[in-house]
Amino acid sequence: MPAPVIVATDLVKRYGEFAAVDGISFEVAPGESFGLLGPNGAGKSTTMRMVGAVSTRTGGDLSILGLDPDRHGPEIRSQLGVVPQSDNLDTELRVRENLLVYGRYFGLPGKLVAQRADELLAFAQLEEKAAAKVESLSGGMKRRLTIARALINDPRLLLLDEPTTGLDPQARHILWDRLFRLKEQGTTLLLTTHYMDEAEQLCDRIVVVDEGSIMAEGTPAELIRRYSSREVLEVRFGSDRNAEAAERLAGLGDRTEVLPDRILIYSADGEAELERVIDAGLHPITSLVRRSSLEDVFLRLTGRSLIE
Amino acid sequence: MSAERVDESAPAAATQRPVRSLYAGNARSVMFRGWRATRSTNWLVMLSGFFEPIFYLLSMGIGLGALVGTVTTTSGEEVPYAAFIAPALLAVAAMNGAIYDSTWNVFFKMQFAKLYEGMLATSLGPLDVALGEILLALLRGALYAIGFMFVMQVLGLNLSWWALLALPAVLLIAFGFASVGMAITSYMKTFQQMDWINFVMLPMFLFSATFYPLSVYPQYIQWVIQALPLWHGVELVRGLTTGDVGPIMLVHVLYYLVMIAIGLAFTTKRLRALFLD
Repeated sequence: MPAPVIVATDLVKRYGEFAAVDGISFEVAPGESFGLLGPNGAGKSTTMRMVGAVSTRTGGDLSILGLDPDRHGPEIRSQLGVVPQSDNLDTELRVRENLLVYGRYFGLPGKLVAQRADELLAFAQLEEKAAAKVESLSGGMKRRLTIARALINDPRLLLLDEPTTGLDPQARHILWDRLFRLKEQGTTLLLTTHYMDEAEQLCDRIVVVDEGSIMAEGTPAELIRRYSSREVLEVRFGSDRNAEAAERLAGLGDRTEVLPDRILIYSADGEAELERVIDAGLHPITSLVRRSSLEDVFLRLTGRSLIE
Repeated sequence: MSAERVDESAPAAATQRPVRSLYAGNARSVMFRGWRATRSTNWLVMLSGFFEPIFYLLSMGIGLGALVGTVTTTSGEEVPYAAFIAPALLAVAAMNGAIYDSTWNVFFKMQFAKLYEGMLATSLGPLDVALGEILLALLRGALYAIGFMFVMQVLGLNLSWWALLALPAVLLIAFGFASVGMAITSYMKTFQQMDWINFVMLPMFLFSATFYPLSVYPQYIQWVIQALPLWHGVELVRGLTTGDVGPIMLVHVLYYLVMIAIGLAFTTKRLRALFLD
C-alpha cells in the first residue's frame, strides 16, 4: 500500500467564532480521484486552500505528500497544481507567456518550461491560441489554460476548485475529457464541485460536505445505494396544489421528499409508483422517472438541495 | 472574509516560521513577468514618465530660471536656478516612478487581476513577490534617471563629478518610496483610499524645497518639511550634482535605509496575511 498523498485528521479552520471547516478527516491515495461534494459555503474551498498550503489550519492534523504544510509550505506548493475557483490568469501576458512565466515562478529552467508549455498547449487544445491575448479566450478555453498552467511543474497532486462552474455544457464535456485523460495517466486529483454529474463522472471516491463537516463518504455508486433508492419518480402538480398532493401521496415508495415545486418519490420501481399515484386519483402536470443521483443522496443527508 | 481577524493571528505564526517560507530566492521570476508584461502592454506609460521631468526642467528651469537668476543652496552656495531644480526633479522622477509602480500598479494586480494569489500558489513566497515588484520599479526608475542625467549633462547642469553618485542615490530614493508605497497599498481596499496617496504626493512634490530653498519657510514649517522623505531625497541629490557634499548626507541615506526596511517588513507581513492566511 503506497503512502497516501493527503491525510487530513479532524481538520479545523476558524475565522473568529465561525468554523468554516469543523473537524473533517479523509485520506487520498496516489492516483486516486477524490471529490468534495457540497453546496456553496460548505467549507470546500477553505479545505482546498489548506491542502494547497496557502491557509493555515486552526486545529487537527494535515499531511500533504508526507509533509506538514505549516512547516513545509513552499516544498509542498512546488509539487502541487492549483486550479482556483475563479480564473486568475495573467491578462497582461499572452496565452503561451502565461505558461512560460508560471513555470519560472517554480524556479524551473527556461528551456524545460518552453518545452512543457508547448506540450501543454497541445494537451489543452490551445495550440492555435498560443499568441492570443487571454481576454480573447472563451470561458472554456480560459479554464483549459488554467489547467495547463497548473500542470507546468508536473505536479504530483492537482487541486481543482469548482472546475466547470459557469461553463456551458459543451465546454464542460471538453474539460471533463481532458481531466479524465489526466486521471488515466495516474495524476492524483482532488476536486470540489456542487454538480453531482461532475462528481459521478470524475471521482473514484467522494465525501459529502455540509456546514464544515463530512456527512458521508464512499464511491458515487455506494452512496446512492446506501442513501437512496434505485429510481426516483418526480411529479409536479403546480405550486398551488403541491402541498395538498403531497399529503395524499404520503406513504408511497420507500420515502417521499417534498420540494417547493415538485414531489420526489423514492422507490426501486418508479413506473409502478406512478401508476399508484394515478390510481389515487391524482393527475400530475408532469412526471419523470429517473435513476437516483448524488443530488438525492445530498437531499437525504441534509434535507436541502445542493444548488439553491 | 475579514482580513482584520486574519491579521491578529499573523505575528505569532510568523515568528515560528523560518524565513524559507517567506522567501524562495526567486524574485527574478517576478521581474521576468514584469518585463514580459511591460513589453506587450505598458510601454506607453513608461515613455510618458520619462518625458515629464524633462518638460518641467525645460519650462521652469530655462524659462523661469531666466527671471530668477541664481539661488542659494542650504550650505550657502550660489547656483543657477536650473541647476538648483534639476536634481530636485530627478529625485521627484524617481519618487513618482516608484510610487506609480508600487501603488496603482500593485493595487490593480492585487484587487482585480488576482495576480499575487496565483503567484503565491507556487513555490514563491511573499518576500519574492514584494522584492520582485520593487526591484522592477527600481529598474524603471534607473532608466528614467539615466536619461534625465544625460539631459542635465547636455545642458551643463551637473556642476561636479560627485554627480555620478546621484544615480545610486536616485535608486535608493526609488527603493524607499517603492517599498513604503507597496506596504501602504497592501492595506488599501478601494479606489477612494488610493486617492489619498495623490493627496499626499502633490503637496510633498511642491513644497519639499523642490523649486526654492527651505529657508523661505518659518522655522516650524521647515521642521515639518524636514520630516518628509522627499526633502531628504532632494537634498541628497542636489548636494551631489552641485558638488556640495557633507556628512549630513549620511543622515539622508540612513532615512531611506529605514524606509526600505520598514516598507519591506510590512509588505511581506501583509502579503502573507492576505494570501497565506
